[in-house]
Amino acid sequence: MSVEVTKLKSRWPSLHTDRLFVVVSRLIALALLVVVLSILSPYFLTWTNFINVLRQASLQFMMSAGLTIVVLTAGIDLSIGAVLGLSACIAASLITGGFMILGIAAALFAGLACGLVNGMLVTVGRIPPFIATYGTLWIAFGLGYVFMKGEVIYGLPEGFRFIGAGFVWGIPVPVIVAVALLAALHFLLQKTVLGRAIYAIGGNPDAARLSGMPVTRRLITVYGLSGLLSGFAALVAIARINAADSSVGEDLLLPAIAAVCLGGTSLFGGVGGIMGTAVGSVILALIVNGTNLLGVQTFWQNAVMGTIILISVLVDQLGGTRLVRDQ
Amino acid sequence: MSDVAHPQVIARSPIMDSIVRAPGAFYLLAIMGVALTTWTPDFFTPANLTNVALQVAVLTIVALGMTLVILTEGIDLSVGAVLGLCGVAATLMVTAGYSLPLAIGVALVIGMAFGVLNGTLIAVAGMPPFVVTLGAFGIAQSIAMALTKGDSVTNLPSYYRWFNDGVFAALPVPIWATIAAFVVTWLLLYRTKFGRYVFAIGGNRRALVLSGTRVNLYHVAIYAYAGLLAGVASFIMTARMNAAHPTIGIGLEFDAIAAVILGGTSFEKGRGGIAGTVVGTLAVGVLRNGLNLVGVGTEWQVAIVGVVIIFAVGLDSLRRLNA
Repeated sequence: MSVEVTKLKSRWPSLHTDRLFVVVSRLIALALLVVVLSILSPYFLTWTNFINVLRQASLQFMMSAGLTIVVLTAGIDLSIGAVLGLSACIAASLITGGFMILGIAAALFAGLACGLVNGMLVTVGRIPPFIATYGTLWIAFGLGYVFMKGEVIYGLPEGFRFIGAGFVWGIPVPVIVAVALLAALHFLLQKTVLGRAIYAIGGNPDAARLSGMPVTRRLITVYGLSGLLSGFAALVAIARINAADSSVGEDLLLPAIAAVCLGGTSLFGGVGGIMGTAVGSVILALIVNGTNLLGVQTFWQNAVMGTIILISVLVDQLGGTRLVRDQ
Repeated sequence: MSDVAHPQVIARSPIMDSIVRAPGAFYLLAIMGVALTTWTPDFFTPANLTNVALQVAVLTIVALGMTLVILTEGIDLSVGAVLGLCGVAATLMVTAGYSLPLAIGVALVIGMAFGVLNGTLIAVAGMPPFVVTLGAFGIAQSIAMALTKGDSVTNLPSYYRWFNDGVFAALPVPIWATIAAFVVTWLLLYRTKFGRYVFAIGGNRRALVLSGTRVNLYHVAIYAYAGLLAGVASFIMTARMNAAHPTIGIGLEFDAIAAVILGGTSFEKGRGGIAGTVVGTLAVGVLRNGLNLVGVGTEWQVAIVGVVIIFAVGLDSLRRLNA
């Protein structure tokens, strides 16, 4: 009893002992990575590399942010990579055509539209999230190919490239954007009705529905938000790489899921948060950076991502009791 | 909700049950067949129908394994990548001068090993199937890429073509392989303890755990069997292409899932069967063949099959609501 009271009075009410395992294991992983990479590569502890890692982590975070919110509702969005690719193609073609505002709006709208379709399929269509978003993955992928006809667009205007490749006081713009996005989403999840509903739906959808929450509307909003964020990430990504073709989103799904899993958000919903995904993105960026510095062939990238996903989910299953589903 | 398996499963024969539950694939197949026959003279010809059957062989073998996985309320997104890895491994061994039986053995063991990995993480560690098999997808694809440095394995020995071109008792080898895979899977599913576990795990896994059965063993075996079938299919696929590229199977898992769901197997409560899946693979095969004949590009085909899969699952969930 007294333990419960202290817990309620504590400044950190959300950090239960089983979450402690997740948090500590991530911090240890982070520390280990930094130490090992500093020893293995003399180039690792340089300012240029530090900025590189931060920028990589920021892009990764933007691609995983929407997915985190979907996963918190016990759903999944497998279409984020393909939606990002489609948005990137549409935006790049309009922006190089001289319609910058229109291109930005079109990318955001395309992402939002795909997300809303996902949300409708999952709620109104009662299709399991992984299969509905897997279907839209291939639809968005196919549309991207049809739209681009195999062409590559490159050479975006300088003004637009600022959001992906620019610097403010020596800090890359994507890092600033990612920090702002992190603050906004953290506020959304912790302090708004929608945010609390997301945790409630993920924790127990029946209880959420029975207590009068508009679960269908909230879920459609969540999937729409995920699509919108994919469209936004597409803008930053093409501004950074200064090019777009239909395959731009192809290899982004595995890293996005890896960052969410590394961030300790439970795939069964209701547990975790956007802060975790930010940490997960940094860990992932360090791993990618490390494999680059150590000269690992790019062929192995998917294997690294797959292994990270499997190990981090497995470790949480074994270590954090809350994450284990009833068998 | 009562979990006494499913009353109808007991009342009807399994094949009848599958057929009754597979209207989506039957309708699609019938409509596509009639429409294509009237639209283009190229469709209803012996040559084209043989072509469809050959193209569908690989898909059917993979989809049979996928059916068992989906019956357990699981999913296997790794089969396409595993098929690619098996194909690369076998062709690399054969071109390096190893004997064919050894290459076959290695490929099948690789397929089963990925199945065992998937099954163990899903059944024993309790991880969600889509995330486990997505991770396995990444690992299998990377290994295949690294083995060939991203290139295709070419210059296959001439006997290798037999897996696709060979004819035995008036039927092509891929057709025989498909028939064999179907018969074996049918026997496993409807005549063995393994098969009862497939339906029971999908129906109520918790009840099996609580009644002290060795459910994990069978659960792992189901994924291993799906991986094994991917290994079998890899030989037909690489022989048809006369080359093995690491990405040869990517997207096949998507067609397989579409075929299984079109065939009336449900994502819930272990309902469905493999007879429907065969109709489903034929429907997907005829759809793709028809889109080719009418001149629709591969890009649109991907999007169209995506729409069909969502439509099929939507119908399935409607049927569930009415049941």
